[in-house]
Amino acid sequence: MLKINNLHASIDEKSILKGLNLQVNAGEVHAIMGPNGAGKSTFANIVAGKEDYEVSNGIIELNGEDISELAPEERAHNGVFLSFQYPVEIPGVSVTNFIKTAINETRKAKGLEDMPAKDMLKKIREKSELLEIDRKFLSRSLNEGFSGGEKKRNEIFQMAMLEPKLAILDETDSGLDIDALRIVANGVNKLKSKDNAVIVITHYQRLLDYIVPDFVHVLHDGKIVKTGDASLALELEAKGYDWIKKELV
Amino acid sequence: MELKDKLLSSYVAFEDNVDTNSEIHDIRSKALENFDKLGFPSKKLETWKYTSLNSLLKNDFSIFPDRGRAVALADVKQYFIHDIDTYKVVFIDGKYSSFLSATTHENFDVCLMSSALNKSKYKSVIETYFNKVAKQDNLTSLNTAFASEGAYIHIPKNIEVQKPIQIINFTTGSEPATMTQPRNLIVVEENSHVQIIERHQSLTSNAVLSNVVTEVFAAKSATVDYYKIQDDHINASLVDNTYVNQKSNSVVSVHTFSFGGNITRNNLNFYQNGEHIDSILKGITIIEGKQHVDHHTLVHHIEPNCESHQDYKGIYDERSTGVFNGKVIVEKEAQKTNAYQQNNNVLVSDKSTINAKPQLEIFADDVKCSHGCTIGQLDDDALFYMQQRGIPKKEGRGLLMFAFANTVLESVKIPEVKSRITKLIANKLKVNIGFDL
Repeated sequence: MLKINNLHASIDEKSILKGLNLQVNAGEVHAIMGPNGAGKSTFANIVAGKEDYEVSNGIIELNGEDISELAPEERAHNGVFLSFQYPVEIPGVSVTNFIKTAINETRKAKGLEDMPAKDMLKKIREKSELLEIDRKFLSRSLNEGFSGGEKKRNEIFQMAMLEPKLAILDETDSGLDIDALRIVANGVNKLKSKDNAVIVITHYQRLLDYIVPDFVHVLHDGKIVKTGDASLALELEAKGYDWIKKELV
Repeated sequence: MELKDKLLSSYVAFEDNVDTNSEIHDIRSKALENFDKLGFPSKKLETWKYTSLNSLLKNDFSIFPDRGRAVALADVKQYFIHDIDTYKVVFIDGKYSSFLSATTHENFDVCLMSSALNKSKYKSVIETYFNKVAKQDNLTSLNTAFASEGAYIHIPKNIEVQKPIQIINFTTGSEPATMTQPRNLIVVEENSHVQIIERHQSLTSNAVLSNVVTEVFAAKSATVDYYKIQDDHINASLVDNTYVNQKSNSVVSVHTFSFGGNITRNNLNFYQNGEHIDSILKGITIIEGKQHVDHHTLVHHIEPNCESHQDYKGIYDERSTGVFNGKVIVEKEAQKTNAYQQNNNVLVSDKSTINAKPQLEIFADDVKCSHGCTIGQLDDDALFYMQQRGIPKKEGRGLLMFAFANTVLESVKIPEVKSRITKLIANKLKVNIGFDL
């Protein structure tokens, strides 16, 4: 699904990723953990195609195709979804119309007609129920005045609507209380299949109780320095990151 | 010959075609003297600091354009709101087109200024209202001097006019440069309601300067909803001088949609002569190229317990320039005034300019006056967010700009006008997405 080889990236001449390697196969859940400033969000933004970063070296392949020159929307059309750590507020555009536009623009890129209104409504109803989203919420301006938890739930709602091949969840657990965390995790688990993959970026083991990863990676100083199974997350929770930093020396 | 001299020396010829033995003609002649004294506005005037007419006035304008070439309905239908039944007062090169118009005298009058000025049955209304709220400034005086044609709308008491009224001025470009002086008078008596749509449209690329004066009188508890659609040819310029006189409990809204032309100057003036009045001034400006749109608004709060709401949004691309000058005067007697003014601008290009100036003169001490003014760029993070969800950059920009301007559309009460404006905005922003926000 996703193959990243020796990725180097910087912003404003500050080097952030320094040779990152990662292989994610269909059907897998990967967790990326690491201390603040390790480059986790940078990694997510670069895979999604944010233009602020300078990628100096390395390969990003999605299903065998190099996507590193593609615009963010083209990557989205190819199935990349990023759940933002800080979802942007867009006053004047309702949640419903935003997601309708997103779906139909994606269909247009694939040479398909707009989704019939009836199907769209059915899907919106289905997915909003999955994430226990109040209908009234759907007619509000996108993320405007949403609580932290509502914003994250709305991100996963959009993910459910768009059905991406590769979903990157950037600190989707931050700002969530336990109930919201359970709902969001449940939504992600329901969407998981043998044909798609999920990368969960988090500081805490908590989320991984609900979304159980096949692999846990530790990102430190722009590189993945350790990979293990779900038990690695527990170990990190218990011991912090210092022991890994020491191991590296 | 300079345009001013040409205008002054044409006056004798103009007089051949109007009744010179009338009170109205005395008003005209005084206005001509006033224009002679003041001349065209220059940038030295504070109110014209950011808008120069100099290059425009170099055109050799024809002042009394010949009856232009014939206009077929099929060629101009697109400029009408044609999917609903409306009254229409249509002018071609300043002359009335009975063929394109649909007037009425049934329960109220929707007709021509020229007939109102000449027929005795309109005399009392004309004498009471004509030129009574219009300011005696340079360009208004010029219009008054040559005022002979335009729309005349008189709605007596307690009438809800069911169909909107369209006032449309076409210029055919039968001359290389055409100047017109349309003059509209709208009198809405107590407890009546009317909706008006106004448009000025050039049909060729020849230069046009329309210097329009519209006087609106809203009596007690009257409601007037006025929509101005400004989406003209690149060589067509417009000076719109609109004066609104309101009495107690009346509500008047003017929405101005400025999507271009050459130079567009809107002088929109509200005078509140009563209590519990609501004045609503809203506008969307979306321009590009070297287009220029200037909104000068004035709300004069004269008596207590009144409100005014201003909301102007502007999007400026390429080398376009905009002006917003919003003046609010609250007189000493006008306690409990609630005056709200909002002006937000997006500069899409590094080369576009906006000059924004809120001006509040408050002499009362128990009032609520708020004003906000912002100038910004499109939010890159919001664009990336939309792209990440599959919405291409171009459409994303369009969606963001549309959402930005959308608050102004919410108060448009005629659905067909709203959908027309929505289409014009989509067209202006060069995007093709379902804008049913």
